[in-house]
Amino acid sequence: MAEYKLELKGVCKSFPGVKALDNVQLSLRPGTVHALMGENGAGKSTLMKCLFGIYRMDAGEVILDGKKIEINNPDEAMKYGIAMVHQELQPVPARSVAENLYLGRFPTKGFGPFKMIDHKTMYAETERWLKEVKMDFDPKAQLGSLSIGQMQSVEIAKAVSQQAKVVIFDEPTSSLSDNEVEALFRIMNDLRDKGVAMVYISHKMDEIKRIADDITIMRDGTYVGTWPAAELSTDQIIAKMVGRELTNVYPPKENKPGEVIMEVKDLCSIHEKSFQHVSFELRKGEILGFGGLVGAQRTELMEGIFGIRGIASGEIYMHGKKTRIKHPIDAMNAGIGLITEDRRGNGIFGCLSIKDNVGVSVYNKFLKAGFVLDHKKINQVVDDSIKKLSIKTPSMKEHIANLSGGNQQKVIVARWLANDPDVLIMDEPTRGIDVGAKHEIYEIMSDLAKQGKAIIMISSEMSELLGMADRICVMCNGKLTGEIDQPEEMTQARVMGFATKF
Amino acid sequence: MEKTKQQKAKDFIINNGVIIVMFILVIYTGLTSDNFLTRNNLMNILMNMSSRLVIALGIAGCVITAGCDLSAGRMIGFAACIAGTLLQRIDYSGKFFPDMQPMNVFLALIVVMAICAAFGSITGFFIAYLSVPPFIATLAMMEIVYGISLIYTGATPLGGYVKSYTDIANGKFLGISWLIWIAILVAVITWFIFNMTRHGKYMYAIGGNPQAAEVAGVPVKATMILIYMKAAAMYGLAGFMLGAKAGGASVNLGYGYEMEAIAACTIGGVSVTGGRGKVSSAIIGVAVFELLKAALQYLGVDANAQYIAIGIVIFVAISLDIRKYVAKK
Repeated sequence: MAEYKLELKGVCKSFPGVKALDNVQLSLRPGTVHALMGENGAGKSTLMKCLFGIYRMDAGEVILDGKKIEINNPDEAMKYGIAMVHQELQPVPARSVAENLYLGRFPTKGFGPFKMIDHKTMYAETERWLKEVKMDFDPKAQLGSLSIGQMQSVEIAKAVSQQAKVVIFDEPTSSLSDNEVEALFRIMNDLRDKGVAMVYISHKMDEIKRIADDITIMRDGTYVGTWPAAELSTDQIIAKMVGRELTNVYPPKENKPGEVIMEVKDLCSIHEKSFQHVSFELRKGEILGFGGLVGAQRTELMEGIFGIRGIASGEIYMHGKKTRIKHPIDAMNAGIGLITEDRRGNGIFGCLSIKDNVGVSVYNKFLKAGFVLDHKKINQVVDDSIKKLSIKTPSMKEHIANLSGGNQQKVIVARWLANDPDVLIMDEPTRGIDVGAKHEIYEIMSDLAKQGKAIIMISSEMSELLGMADRICVMCNGKLTGEIDQPEEMTQARVMGFATKF
Repeated sequence: MEKTKQQKAKDFIINNGVIIVMFILVIYTGLTSDNFLTRNNLMNILMNMSSRLVIALGIAGCVITAGCDLSAGRMIGFAACIAGTLLQRIDYSGKFFPDMQPMNVFLALIVVMAICAAFGSITGFFIAYLSVPPFIATLAMMEIVYGISLIYTGATPLGGYVKSYTDIANGKFLGISWLIWIAILVAVITWFIFNMTRHGKYMYAIGGNPQAAEVAGVPVKATMILIYMKAAAMYGLAGFMLGAKAGGASVNLGYGYEMEAIAACTIGGVSVTGGRGKVSSAIIGVAVFELLKAALQYLGVDANAQYIAIGIVIFVAISLDIRKYVAKK
């Protein structure tokens, strides 16, 4: 038997404008948990998607049990015994647990070509596999009625039922409760005893130290190295992940926070499980960081403030005046801008030009005779912002979809700057963009703060949070669990302490 | 990377495939049959195009926002019937309102368009505020409008129009029928709305990414209502035009035109997935459709077989068109 169950060698993958993976390798020993680590955007998920056949790799090879194989789609991956538990689960919530488990390979009965689905076997088998992963809910239950953790167990049961020899866990614990994490680890230990090779992607250091046998670290789409987990300390891991001195990455804090510009009092979502009783203040010329784990409801809170999500109770004061915000238009009129986390989902208009992407929020301001668009002035504004934010594009007529992530983000920034808000909320402003562009975004943020704009920055990247924010609010499970305003107290440990204060 | 000449030529053929095929067909038909490329015949084709273009421009707004409008055809029949009942000669024996003086033609047009717009705004309301998918909402409105037309007219055909109404089709200005002038005017106004007003830009934004439009402060709901209202007013105008051309109307006038209009838009390059499409797309699509119909007729293709040809053109045109947008993995 080969030393490695599965090997990836020399994997390269480019997206328009970004080299996501550059000559990356990964070697899995059978019966081990292999942690794959790196900052957000380091290329971990991309690598796994390449392995799983969701993306086609530009170069590189996959070796399974010493033999070179080619995987063109998830179906083929499963046939080779490779299964993936996704970061974002991709099940069919409206159908039953059993149907999700057997989707695409339903057990059938019948004569010759006349086949029908064998429900009895399907349910019985599902029950058996669920027991295998120590779960005992009804196979007929609608998947959508389960918790995220339970859905995940279904995904794992699916992997087990396919006799998978390689299982990829892509940030499986990001939205799990402690009990659910324990259950997951028990299953993983079971699988390890059965000789299954596992890839485990997570940001949580304590989990890595508990479960991982080997660690591979990636940075900015490149391979840093592989070590036995026992040989690396948490600090060493972080140093290898970040790979650069933190102090040089962020512009110096020269902004001077002034008077309070926005005040949020006791804001509660209409959903019980979302943000509840959140209060905070924001000052002029300040960058206020919002830290927390994924699922801490930070995005929901900001979207609530911006009028996208329903507010059950609580008040928002702008410049000391109570402001009612029921729609993004109200928020914009109150001087608030929002750069959303999901750029593709609710940020850019992919099929429109840069000009239209910037202009959409400001067409109101550039009218002749009250209703005719003043294209000359709009062009001027767009042209100015392309120069000011150094957006790399042949012209303002270029479709935004053809730009790199970083330049797309700058276009969105330009959209809001054209609106001249007092408060700019930036939700994960550097997600999915490369290092150079990140730095430019930081410079822009710093400049804005110096000009007296107030910025709220949600960030899940610890170094970014500590490097950019003047003050940090930390959320956990919908509640504001802590606020750190002294620079010397801004440490990873403090933030993580508040972030896990369930 | 510089594209080679060969690649450029290939791209050009793919991007303009339908138009090229169309030109070849028109030239071929012109060479083989004597009467095809005559002034009279071309004017006739333009007349047919005029009302179809008005419908297509109305429906284009719906398609650009990734919607559709199935009520267009029935709305056209309804509009033609209202116009008909308002504009019959006083001495016509089968007059619908026997003692009523015929209305002023322009006033009648405004009444027709206003009634249609009102119905369109109801459809828009259900789509915007109650999140009914456009396909279903306009399907419902299609049934309702048809029912109202049947009840209103008692399903009897209308005729005996005043001359000032039929003159809209028969009368000419600079040698060109008023119908064609109306279509040109509508195209210009629509171009203006699409490109020079906020409403047009909002429409593209909603079609491109409705969630992002909401975040960017676009009044999504009001825009949606306006789109369906505006479209319905244009169906009203189209119905009015068709009534003038035919010199009569029945409830079944315009049946199925919505499908042809949607097809014409997509052939011309209005993307059904939203966000893309111009006035020129609708013009090209309608021209392709009408020229195809006329050419096939002149070539002596069986009238029933023409449907098959049209279907094939839609398949090919859309497959080619979609190649521009579907990114390779």
